[in-house]
Amino acid sequence: MSEEFKIEIITPDKSIYSGNTEEVVLPCFEGQATILKNHIPLITFLRPGIVEIGKDEKFYVEDGTVEFSDNNLLILSTTIQSFKMINADQKNSMINEAERMLSSNQISDKQKYILNYKIETLKQIN
Amino acid sequence: MPSLDDLKKRIKSVKSTQKITKAMKMVAAAKLKKAQESAEKGRPYSEKLQNIILNLTKSISEGSNAPKLLVGNGQDKVYLCVVITADRGLCGGFNSNICKLAKKHFKNILKEGKKLKIITVGSKGHDQIKTEYGDHIIYNKSFKDKKQISFNEANEIGKKVIELYQQEQFDKCFIFYNNFKNVITQIPQAEQIIPTFMKKDDKTKDKVFLYEFEPDEDEILEDLLPKNVSIQILKAFLENAASEQGSRMTAMDNATRNAGELVDKLTINYNRSRQASITKELIEIISGAESL
Repeated sequence: MSEEFKIEIITPDKSIYSGNTEEVVLPCFEGQATILKNHIPLITFLRPGIVEIGKDEKFYVEDGTVEFSDNNLLILSTTIQSFKMINADQKNSMINEAERMLSSNQISDKQKYILNYKIETLKQIN
Repeated sequence: MPSLDDLKKRIKSVKSTQKITKAMKMVAAAKLKKAQESAEKGRPYSEKLQNIILNLTKSISEGSNAPKLLVGNGQDKVYLCVVITADRGLCGGFNSNICKLAKKHFKNILKEGKKLKIITVGSKGHDQIKTEYGDHIIYNKSFKDKKQISFNEANEIGKKVIELYQQEQFDKCFIFYNNFKNVITQIPQAEQIIPTFMKKDDKTKDKVFLYEFEPDEDEILEDLLPKNVSIQILKAFLENAASEQGSRMTAMDNATRNAGELVDKLTINYNRSRQASITKELIEIISGAESL
C-alpha cells in the first residue's frame, strides 16, 4: 500500500502545484503541522512560513487556507511562491517592508505575530 | 446618383474601416486566449473556497453568533450593487447587457421601497448608469491603466465592500458581471455575495466530512469570509475580462463582414455607373459620327 496522498496548491491565478507525496509540513496558524496519509479531515489556516512537500519542494507562504479530506490536501493561498522564484533583492525588500510595518505602533498583536513570523521565515531563505 | 468620385471615396473609407475592425478582431482574439485561460485557472480556487465554506457552515450551529457576513445582519433595507463593466467600448452589447440587467434590478429594488447604493467598476458602466442613477453611485473605480487584473485589484474592491458592511452602510450586496460561457455566449449575471449565498447542491455534496478545525470554526470563518468576498469579485473580474474580449471579437468579426459586404455593393454600383457613363459617351460619339 502506498503511503502517498494527493496534494494541490491553488492560487487565484492558477494551480501551481499538483502531485502525490508522502509528507507535507505546514506552517499552521497555531504551530507547525505535518500531514501524513489518513490524517483526519482538517480545515485550518496558515501563518507566514514554509510549506515543505516531501524533501525537495519548498514554498514560501504568507497566508492561506488548508483543507484535508479523503486523502486530498488542498492549499488555497494568494501569496504562495516557490523557493526557486524568490531572488535576493525581492527577499530583502520584503524583509524591509515587514520591519517597517512592525516598527509602526498602530498594529494589533495578531499582526505583530504574523509579521514576526514573516521576517523570521524570509531570513531563513537563502 | 452619386458621382464616380464620391463612390470611389466611399469605397476607400469603408475599406479602411474594415482594416481597423479586422485588426481589432485579431487583437481581441489574442487577448481572449489569455483572458480565457486566466478565467479558467481562477475557477478552481473560488470553487474550492466555496466548498470549504459550505463544509464549515454545515458544521456550524445555527446560532445567533454566526458571522454576519454569512447569515446577514437580519435586515433587508439597503442594497449595495457592484456593477462591473469594461473600460473600453466597441465590444458589441457587452457593456449594455450588464447595465440593462443592473438597471432592471435597480428598478425592482427602488420599487420595493428599499434604498440603493451603487459601486461601478469600469468607466463604461459608470457612463451608462450615471445618467439615470447618478445619485445612488457612491464609489467609482476604473482599472484603465492596469493591463492585467490580478488579486490585488479585486482585493481593493473587496476591502472597500467589507469596510462599508462593517460600518453598516448596507444590508445586502450584489455583483453584476458577464459570465463567460464561450466566445459567442456571455451571460450577464447578478450574484449575491453578502450575505454569502450558498447554493444548496444536493447532488454533488454527498459526502460530509467531520472536520477538525484549528483554531475553531468561528475564527476560520471570520478569516475566510472576507477573503471569499474578494475572491468572488476577482472571479467576476476574470470572467468579465474574458467576456469582454470574446464579445469584442464577435462584434468586430461582424463589423468586418458587414464592411466587406458594403464594399462589394459599392463596387458594383461604382462599376455600373462607370459603365453607364462610358455607354453614354459612346452613344454620343456614334450619333455624332452618323450625323456627319
